[in-house]
Amino acid sequence: MKKSVFFGALTAATLTAGLAGAATLDDVKSRGELICGVNTGLVGFAAPDANGNWSGFDVAVCQAVAAAVLGDPSKVKYVPTSGQTRFTALGSGEVDLLARNTTWTFSRDTDLKLQFTATNYYDGQGFMVRKDSGVTSAKELDGASICIQTGTTTELNLADYFKANNMSYQPITVDSNAEGEQQFLAGACDAYTTDASGLAATRAAFANPSDYVILPEIISKEPLAPAVRQGDDQWTDIVRWTVFALIGAEEYGVTSANIDELAKGTDNPEVNRLLGTEGDLGAMIGLDKDWAVKAIKANGNYGEIFAATIGEQTPIGLARGLNAQWTQGGLMYAPPFR
Amino acid sequence: MTSAPDAPEQGFRLSQLIYDTRYRSLTIQAIVFILVMGGAAWLVDNVIQNLNDLGKDFNFSFLGQRAGYDIGNAIIPYNNDMSHGRALLVGLINTLWVSFLGCVAATIIGIFVGVLRLSKNWLVARLMTVYVEVFRNIPVLLWILVAIALLTDVAPSPNAYKVNQQTGEAQASMLLDSVAFTNRYTAIPSVHFDRSLGSLDTALAPISLNFLALVIVLIASIWVNKRMLTHAAKVQESTGVRPTMWWKSALVLIAPVVILAIALGINPEEPQIKGFNFTGGTNVSNSFVALWLGLSLYTAAFIAEIVRAGILAISKGQTEAAFALGLRANRTMSLVILPQALRVIIPPLISQYLNLTKNSSLAIAVGYLELRGTLGGITLNQTGRELEAITLMMLIYLAISLSISGVMNVYNNRVKLKER
Repeated sequence: MKKSVFFGALTAATLTAGLAGAATLDDVKSRGELICGVNTGLVGFAAPDANGNWSGFDVAVCQAVAAAVLGDPSKVKYVPTSGQTRFTALGSGEVDLLARNTTWTFSRDTDLKLQFTATNYYDGQGFMVRKDSGVTSAKELDGASICIQTGTTTELNLADYFKANNMSYQPITVDSNAEGEQQFLAGACDAYTTDASGLAATRAAFANPSDYVILPEIISKEPLAPAVRQGDDQWTDIVRWTVFALIGAEEYGVTSANIDELAKGTDNPEVNRLLGTEGDLGAMIGLDKDWAVKAIKANGNYGEIFAATIGEQTPIGLARGLNAQWTQGGLMYAPPFR
Repeated sequence: MTSAPDAPEQGFRLSQLIYDTRYRSLTIQAIVFILVMGGAAWLVDNVIQNLNDLGKDFNFSFLGQRAGYDIGNAIIPYNNDMSHGRALLVGLINTLWVSFLGCVAATIIGIFVGVLRLSKNWLVARLMTVYVEVFRNIPVLLWILVAIALLTDVAPSPNAYKVNQQTGEAQASMLLDSVAFTNRYTAIPSVHFDRSLGSLDTALAPISLNFLALVIVLIASIWVNKRMLTHAAKVQESTGVRPTMWWKSALVLIAPVVILAIALGINPEEPQIKGFNFTGGTNVSNSFVALWLGLSLYTAAFIAEIVRAGILAISKGQTEAAFALGLRANRTMSLVILPQALRVIIPPLISQYLNLTKNSSLAIAVGYLELRGTLGGITLNQTGRELEAITLMMLIYLAISLSISGVMNVYNNRVKLKER
């Protein structure tokens, strides 16, 4: 009797895991709302303002998908997830889409049964230290206490990096960016490590950003990509090609300013196919003809989103770097819309 | 001739299962049992089905894979090349360590507070009441967070202990030149032996033979001391005069250990600030101290109430009888009241120990990596084996709790009233 109650409780606790519906598109449509897993708060990527309205680079992906599927970028419910809870939230069906600066890795793609759609930010792990510590290179961090978010790839990279350079360190484990920020500011760690973009975003929120420096070393590759559950190819395609539509729009010069004009038809067949005036690409993924128009209208093309949320004109001040279009020497490259 | 109505001749009828009080309770039990088992089977089947749908299997082979992450406060040797299983063990030992120290501290504080709350001194009794009510009525998680916030914000960073090259002095100075409170950890001296007897390699951790020798000598001293006390009691019984024992006991207990320690060349290794952090001594992390303080102060408030209840359960006549025999107040407490009160105290005390041990999983809030942090945190996350990790964690906590109550029940059986 005791035993069966125990197993009952055990299974009840895990019941919620694994109720993955097959047709996410139908679910989202019938619900009239896209449920999007985002960061608990990382300025520039995903953070709520004083009125509770979310904005940021990752949030823009959610809004573009909502616009493409439901025709309205505001029909998104944001679920803040921590580094620890994000995959469970996605796997259990709690969220339809995980747009939370998540690194695309082999084991996450295969073993965790995730489907990474398309890289929307090429990142790498860096270190931030106090300027008065006098540290100018990550190689000088031997023996340092380092704040690190648990449940992330950065945790493993850090161990690898210090091992490869034959250095030691004291890990101070934190659960969220906010906690890491607080510990770092209180001086409980000498360095804070996470993705370089995250460091820039975190530093931007400090009272005196100029008192802190981000070290030049980038110790890992962190391709950040929105992720969906494995096993629903149609939904994967929708998210993937919505991201590509934003990237492609920048390449073809489609912006939020001229999209209404271009959507009437242009001389460029590629743009016409993307915007649905020629052919019917939308139907192939179960969406309207003008899905891409709606997605781009939400927050503009990839370049516009970048500039508005994390670009050099914002407090976060990230350069395009690897994230420039391939025509500009970057890695952003949308496959042909054909 | 009429037969008695209470000896029916007819056989068993189905309706008897409901209407006959002899069978009714059995029927109800059988039905409930079938429903519970059915419910359990449905849940298990559901899990298996969903795992299949997700294409996941249920196996524990991940425990053998390389962990790849570091643990800040491992007691047994650990590095990131070791397996997830080893990381689990590190976490388990951290859990046991903080729970053990927490139980000890909570018991000591609890007994003091519980006894003092009954004090005739108005101020002391009221102060203890305030302590109990404040700690008992605020969630333990908050106490842990308060402790870490205090430790982090009040203490200086290790940098402050560095000697400034220009001024030639440091912002902060170490207590007695050997203890440094920082916002990360407290650096304390560690024990160092000049002559080492070598070490014994076990699977868990290498055990220093010096340490082992000291423990053996100490146990032997305690045994000899016990024999001496028995002898003294005999002398007292036969002659009526108890030989003076305190200095002999002290000599037997302390001298051999001290002599051996000096022979091995014991000296404290004092922490030195080097680069970013203190090295040389032992760094007791603030997360550990915060967790330990939070858990023990909180649980102590409950133990204090248990102790108070236990003491009040002993009839006043016992105290009066002890006074009549000429015992002083503190001896009355330690020789008459407390031994009897223990019978009442032990059973609820067990459940407080269990609570403390289970509450240690709140360590995740301050980043102290115990079982919840390693197996249920990082390992779960890096391998994505939620079901396995959570199941294993539940089984381990269950095993720890059952062991604690098992040990405590043995003790309870020893102190409880022997009824013949």
